[in-house]
Amino acid sequence: MGVIQFQDVGKIFGPKTSGFKALQDINLEIRDKEFVAIVGPSGCGKTTCLRMVAGLDNPTAGVVSVDGTPIKRPGPDRAVVFQQFALFPWKTVYDNIDVGLRNLNVARREREARIADILNLMNLTQYAGHFPHQLSGGMQQRVAIARAYVLDPDVLLMDEPFGALDAQTRVVMQEELVRLARKNPRTVLFITHAVEEAVYLADRVAIMPRAPGRIKEVRDIAAIRNAENWDSHEKIEDVMDLESFVHLRTHIWRSLREEKAAQHA
Amino acid sequence: MNKQISLAHSVGLGFLGLACFIGLWHGLATSGLVPAVFLPSPVDVYDRFSTLLERRFAGATLPGHLAASFQRFAYGFVLAALIGIPLGLLMGWYQVLDEIVSPLFDALRFVAPIAWVPFAALWFGTGIGGPIMIIFAGAFPPCVINAYRGAKFVDPRLIEAANMLGTPSHRVIREVLLPSSVPSIISGLRVSAGLGWQSLVGAELIVASAGVGYMMVQGQANVSTTTVMAGMVAIGLVGLALDSALRLIERIIQRRRGLDQ
Repeated sequence: MGVIQFQDVGKIFGPKTSGFKALQDINLEIRDKEFVAIVGPSGCGKTTCLRMVAGLDNPTAGVVSVDGTPIKRPGPDRAVVFQQFALFPWKTVYDNIDVGLRNLNVARREREARIADILNLMNLTQYAGHFPHQLSGGMQQRVAIARAYVLDPDVLLMDEPFGALDAQTRVVMQEELVRLARKNPRTVLFITHAVEEAVYLADRVAIMPRAPGRIKEVRDIAAIRNAENWDSHEKIEDVMDLESFVHLRTHIWRSLREEKAAQHA
Repeated sequence: MNKQISLAHSVGLGFLGLACFIGLWHGLATSGLVPAVFLPSPVDVYDRFSTLLERRFAGATLPGHLAASFQRFAYGFVLAALIGIPLGLLMGWYQVLDEIVSPLFDALRFVAPIAWVPFAALWFGTGIGGPIMIIFAGAFPPCVINAYRGAKFVDPRLIEAANMLGTPSHRVIREVLLPSSVPSIISGLRVSAGLGWQSLVGAELIVASAGVGYMMVQGQANVSTTTVMAGMVAIGLVGLALDSALRLIERIIQRRRGLDQ
């Protein structure tokens, strides 16, 4: 199981009365095996939402829980893929992926088998003995995804995972993530500022305009994706050309912009 | 930054500096302005140095004295590293330990190693124990400080990644803090080796058998200033070799970790 719940969640950085209000009245439920993206501009508080599920930040109001249990600290049941990869530079690809499994006291045989599987799935087998600095950004992020996926976590948290990659690599990674998510579904919370990416990947998109972060609207994508059969298109650009895709993208884009315009006025 | 200076160039410049220094020294010593016993000339020191290489003075030849000194130094230095590095890492990870140890440590490290001489002799005797304690007192602080700094300045994202993977503290210390602190620890070891080796003369004030410091003390007693200077040269040369060796190790480790460009 992996149901994520935000109940009246608020977050203030600094002193309670005068500090920076990052989040306000966040209410969101992410169902088991659902892929939800939070989309919004930098500084809107979307990453803070993810960090609270990860247990790397605590809310100052309300409760964030997974399967009904409030989150206290980080743990391998909620694996994170960070924007800057955060691989251990002195460990090989294999050893980076092995860390979490060792912490879970998985037997050596099983660890070897699971790592071999994930390396194969992520097309990393031939790089098992490489160090992160010997790999391109895209490959490094693949390793970070493998490191998270191998734990078989209830919840997968992805914090702008493709934000540091060039456009071509990003597209390849997006396609691979869709492949991975369909084959091996997880509850995923995905943070991005790219509207297309959110629409392409997610079942639902939560729209979060600039601080104080509130969720303005949650848009369902899955129903339209299934009705229009997006997954029958192998290439991301083919999906992005579909009228239904363009329509959703424009809607979300406007929703984000309107908020900005209102603030400027 | 200036233009890159090639290795041959930099070695050449180093020798130039040395040659100027020896030239000045020689000029001053042979000018007749100072008596030879106050300032022996480089030639006299060189002669004395060569003699000491083969002939015994104060019970041993210069290499014999150096070997005795180096053994003491090695014990004190290794002990300082074995205790100091783990202590520094633990202080960097456990806030409480940091708060308890830091004030005490910060006060004690300003006490010069030579100030411990009477107590070292009282507590550990003039055999191997006392001198080791003094060298330890010199070598210990940089080990602690640099391991501590290394642990404090670990990329916080790596700590978050380790926490997210459910890594227990002992493993975070060994597999994240330690490797990430290696550059800082190695430069700490270089400073530590320097200070430990420097403390040698003080340490050997209380030694009654052998060692470069002991040899120099005996030289002083016999008004043999050339012996004292030969000892200084030997200490300098060994110190230089020690630092070069540690620097080489540093470079090898960096290259193996792929952090060298």
